[in-house]
Amino acid sequence: MSNPQTFFEKVWLDHVIKQMGGGTALLQIDRLVLHELSGSQAVRALAQANRKPFSRGQVFTVIEHLISTRPGRGPTDSVSVSGPSMIEGTRLASKKWGLNFIDYNDPRQGIAHVVATELGIAFPGSTLVCCDSHTSTVGAVGALAWGIGASEAEHVLATQALAQMRPKTMRINFNGQLSQGVYAKDMILALIGKIGANGGIGYATEFAGSAVRSMSIEGRATLCNMSIEFQSKYGFVAPDDVTLDYLHGREFSPTGAAWDQAANYWRALPTDEGAQFDREVDFDCSNLKPQVTWGTSPEQVLNIDGRIPDPSIQKDSESRLEAQRALDYMQLTPGMALEGLPVDVAYIGSCTNARLSDLRAAAEILKGHKVKPGIQAICVPGSTPVKRAAEAEGLDTIFKDAGFEWHESACGFCGHIGDNRFANLRTISTTNRNFKGRQGPQTRTHLASPATVAASAIAGCIKQAGRS
Amino acid sequence: MEQYISVTGIAAPIMQINIDTDQIIPALYLGGTDAKGYGAHLFANWRFLADGAPNPDFILNQSPYTQAVVLLADRNFGCGSSRERAPKAMREFGLRAVIAPSFGDIFFNNCFRNGIVPVALPIEHIRQLVQAVEDSAGKINITVDLQTKKVSLPDSLSFNFEVPETLRIMLLSGVDEIDQTLSYQNEIEVFRAADKSRRPWAYLAPTVTLPA
Repeated sequence: MSNPQTFFEKVWLDHVIKQMGGGTALLQIDRLVLHELSGSQAVRALAQANRKPFSRGQVFTVIEHLISTRPGRGPTDSVSVSGPSMIEGTRLASKKWGLNFIDYNDPRQGIAHVVATELGIAFPGSTLVCCDSHTSTVGAVGALAWGIGASEAEHVLATQALAQMRPKTMRINFNGQLSQGVYAKDMILALIGKIGANGGIGYATEFAGSAVRSMSIEGRATLCNMSIEFQSKYGFVAPDDVTLDYLHGREFSPTGAAWDQAANYWRALPTDEGAQFDREVDFDCSNLKPQVTWGTSPEQVLNIDGRIPDPSIQKDSESRLEAQRALDYMQLTPGMALEGLPVDVAYIGSCTNARLSDLRAAAEILKGHKVKPGIQAICVPGSTPVKRAAEAEGLDTIFKDAGFEWHESACGFCGHIGDNRFANLRTISTTNRNFKGRQGPQTRTHLASPATVAASAIAGCIKQAGRS
Repeated sequence: MEQYISVTGIAAPIMQINIDTDQIIPALYLGGTDAKGYGAHLFANWRFLADGAPNPDFILNQSPYTQAVVLLADRNFGCGSSRERAPKAMREFGLRAVIAPSFGDIFFNNCFRNGIVPVALPIEHIRQLVQAVEDSAGKINITVDLQTKKVSLPDSLSFNFEVPETLRIMLLSGVDEIDQTLSYQNEIEVFRAADKSRRPWAYLAPTVTLPA
């Protein structure tokens, strides 16, 4: 091939309306997804400026950030004091402007990034933006997707375009085969530990390698979801047969001859042989163990059988101070074993790890067991379709029999918007951020896979699944 | 966009790495339909004690840093959530520039839309600025000049910096970004027509019929 290109280059160049100079391009945006927190700010700003959506068929709004997860929830129920007005504002604007609106009680409802793949809103080679840093989740189906601010979202509403600085390219090659009981979450946490929470600044990241090729769309979504945690705003997996099989028949996927035309186009998108990346990282997955974070940045992560590191081993003085601050906040001391550390809360939810395969992995461990008394165990499915599918398989019964609460779908307890349930407690959580205060006042969060969270819920302490 | 040429004033060093937007403004304070009211919650969990009283140990509660217009920080500042209310809260507090070795990418873009210039400098240069701040008990004035792309101290240090040129020009001119893009409407329409024949599946007709 004369001019081999990466997947990223093909998709980027496909969307350039105009070069703006200095490496910035005005890009066509195929899909804008908005939620009731930041999305409602964009919608209101647009209305106040007396503007209207430029291409409403390409805009989707979903109620998911502030809406309550309580079973039997009402249309504006929220633990956030401003939740009701933001939910209602988004609802009214969506109806007034005729946007594709997915309300709290729509059977398709769920966390935006889960919904966007389930419905085929995201597709290979698309540009998709949303006011949420985990938007790259939908890179799992080969979309170029990234998080934006409310002002940028207002701009996309008004123009269906957005100017962006072209990033550099990075490829992560996840090679080898995962051991039993090791998941995509463990891969991405270990990668962040290796390259650091700022390891991807300025890069668009392609996840590749045999361990990714053999992975389902749901596992790929977990990888792409956390690219922002190493500061790569864009994370994606180039489309293959797994992608096309997944998307075929989804509500917004093309049908009939249009599907064939699209599929042909999508098959030409993967990175060409010989294409150059600005950076490549090889990662061998064959000896990977389950990962659990110990600190207040996702880069502060360990093998589950590891011991809390001494800050003195960090590479520079700021990292040492950061590690000490993290230990103080997390109430841990160097040398302590991570496994066996008592937890107060076990949480399964979020755009990272609350799809059907995640719930199945947790249920397999919970079946026939009870959550240790005194532990708050909560499951918030990633979407209403995930919840229904889990219920059809009887997973909800397994969760409830074990002592888990079984909630409606939303962003839930991933971020603290008003419910102080987790204040001063230690959680083990399938979410994506262990920042100070992320899940509540003085809440200490340990990130892990659904299997590890389920095993820890039973044991009442951090525990590797499948070990007695 | 609000016009921005240069700012001069007190600089507050918060020399930590990975200061995420959850620290800059916790999610609890993101709600509300008002365009303003976020400055009071800037660094809420650091600036205030559990009982709501100001934390005397936090630098932005200490004179002269209560008047800070520049923030100095270590790498990966503004990582995490895309919340635009992080730079909004900084701006309401009075901050107009933040100098760090690197920034969270979404935060970086959000800054320009809220009258804040994110300046990337090598950590060695930032340490020199911090030293000058400490030597003057915080009283030294730092200038961030977007026109000349320079960070400078009176009669001493001066460092060049780079920001994306399109965003720089937008701030210097104060042009409205949406108006500017709409001035390319013809190019947008031409692009969309050609793209639609190439990738028809990317263009969804509205699914909702609006009353005439």
